[in-house]
Amino acid sequence: MMRQIGAIAFNTFKGAVHERLFYNLLIFAIVMVTGSILVASLTLGEQSKIIMDMGLASHNLFGMLIAVFLGTGLISGEIERRTIHTVLSKPVGRTTFLMGKYAGLLLTLFTNTVAITATLYVVLALHPKIDPYVKGDMLTYVEPRLLLAIYMTFLELMLLSAVALLFSTFTTATLATVFSLSTYAIGHLSGTIMTMSSKRVSLATRLLVQGVHYLFPNFSQFDIKNQVVHGVAVTPAYFGYTTGYAILYLTLLLLIASTIFSRRDLG
Amino acid sequence: MPAIECTGLTKTYSVGLKKHVALDHLDFQVQEGEVFGFLGPNGAGKTTTIKLLLGLIQPTSGAATIFGHPSHTATARARVGFLPESPYFYDHLTATEFLAFCGRLFGLTSVAIHDATLRLLKQVGLEEAAHTPLRKFSKGMLQRIGIAQALINDPQLVILDEPMSGLDPIGRKDCRDLILQLKQAGKTICFSSHIIPDVEMICDHIAILVKGKLIRMGRVEEILDAHQETLEALFIRETQT
Ligand SMILES: Nc1ncnc2c1ncn2[C@@H]1O[C@H](COP(=O)(O)OP(=O)(O)OP(=O)(O)O)[C@@H](O)[C@H]1O
Ligand SMILES: [Mg+2]
Repeated sequence: MMRQIGAIAFNTFKGAVHERLFYNLLIFAIVMVTGSILVASLTLGEQSKIIMDMGLASHNLFGMLIAVFLGTGLISGEIERRTIHTVLSKPVGRTTFLMGKYAGLLLTLFTNTVAITATLYVVLALHPKIDPYVKGDMLTYVEPRLLLAIYMTFLELMLLSAVALLFSTFTTATLATVFSLSTYAIGHLSGTIMTMSSKRVSLATRLLVQGVHYLFPNFSQFDIKNQVVHGVAVTPAYFGYTTGYAILYLTLLLLIASTIFSRRDLG
Repeated sequence: MPAIECTGLTKTYSVGLKKHVALDHLDFQVQEGEVFGFLGPNGAGKTTTIKLLLGLIQPTSGAATIFGHPSHTATARARVGFLPESPYFYDHLTATEFLAFCGRLFGLTSVAIHDATLRLLKQVGLEEAAHTPLRKFSKGMLQRIGIAQALINDPQLVILDEPMSGLDPIGRKDCRDLILQLKQAGKTICFSSHIIPDVEMICDHIAILVKGKLIRMGRVEEILDAHQETLEALFIRETQT
């Protein structure tokens, strides 16, 4: 079963890197990260912070786009093109297939993450050499804590991929994209809305907002970009809690996806 | 134990609010070692039956087994090879990569995959296209690679949905020869086709399906002896009434 998951994951990854969408997004992200050096050189002082800000934001944004746009096509694409008949007519279980597709998407996102992270560090290391107003040598601005923010964003992308995959098991790619983007937006904003609406609204509204907040994945808690860039500490307990949250939530999503997909006709 | 057994197999599709009975209480068996031809006009339910056998869709009622295993289980498909109707495969892979992918899904070793790939590409006449991406394949070439992937695991039962469609006359003959070779090697073959002379030439058993119902089933010689006409004439007469 692990070999089957591996074969399907690797094939999914291969298919993704052949897609124009993926490498266009990747190239665009790398251009953004590299281009941040220009934006930074227009400002005075703290150039490295601007580079870090833009780099982390690019990783988040493009990762999100890849997770949603590739994720929502993972199953529906195979059904539309009927490639799924070839795979599932072999001794491959439905859950195995789903895990393989999910692992393939994570592999794609990981590749994207590695490429962006590497570019970001190269840009940070080189910018004192390029910009005569920046002082310091190659290692002055190479901030290892960036990896913590990238790790958290990757957890967020894992969770978002599971959301996209779940929608992909029962609806078309277009609808799944709409649902995933909505879930992402709600999951980012619900916390803010809850704090804002604390006292002055009716109980019913408050309960509704709270319900939405606890039901939808809370995506905003993965965002520690500002803390990292501005040197604010994040406790290990917070990493532990967030990691646990992501794994629990995505396991639940994958279980539901597997239940739906196992019953589905692939005609 | 029969290679294939269907009992009361029924499939209803809902089209809007209406229900459409695609298969209506199908009962049949395919014994090991048989070449079984599945005939019927367009929309008769041949592909639906095959998808049910492979667990790609679920029956509304009734059941199907393959070598005794319920068809929705993965183990039922371990000794099966399948060619889908008008096949389409991952077009980012080359022919060789695709066969390797299929082999891995069956849990074959790299050595076994390598040997089978060489043998099968030769058998279906695709040696020169071994490293061509599938997106550059013609319809007939896709059909050929489809046949090759169906045989990668040296299956005991081979299910082919319209294997001759899209093949040129030589390809059709090669396909007939291949089916007879498989029969000689003791395999069971079940295929659907619209090319009745081919079916008459190579099948020992046939079933004729019309609008989801089996209207005739049996040994080819017996059917022909009883009616004193070609299978084609019989087929046209029986499917039109
Ligand atoms: N997914 C589906 N939804 C609704 N109806 C379907 C679906 N798939 C098949 N049908 C219907 O079921 C019936 C049988 O279709 P099937 O594809 O099994 O026919 P077939 O015998 O393979 O025909 P052909 O010779 O054209 O390949 C048809 O009336 C078809 O319209
Ligand atoms: Mg058909």
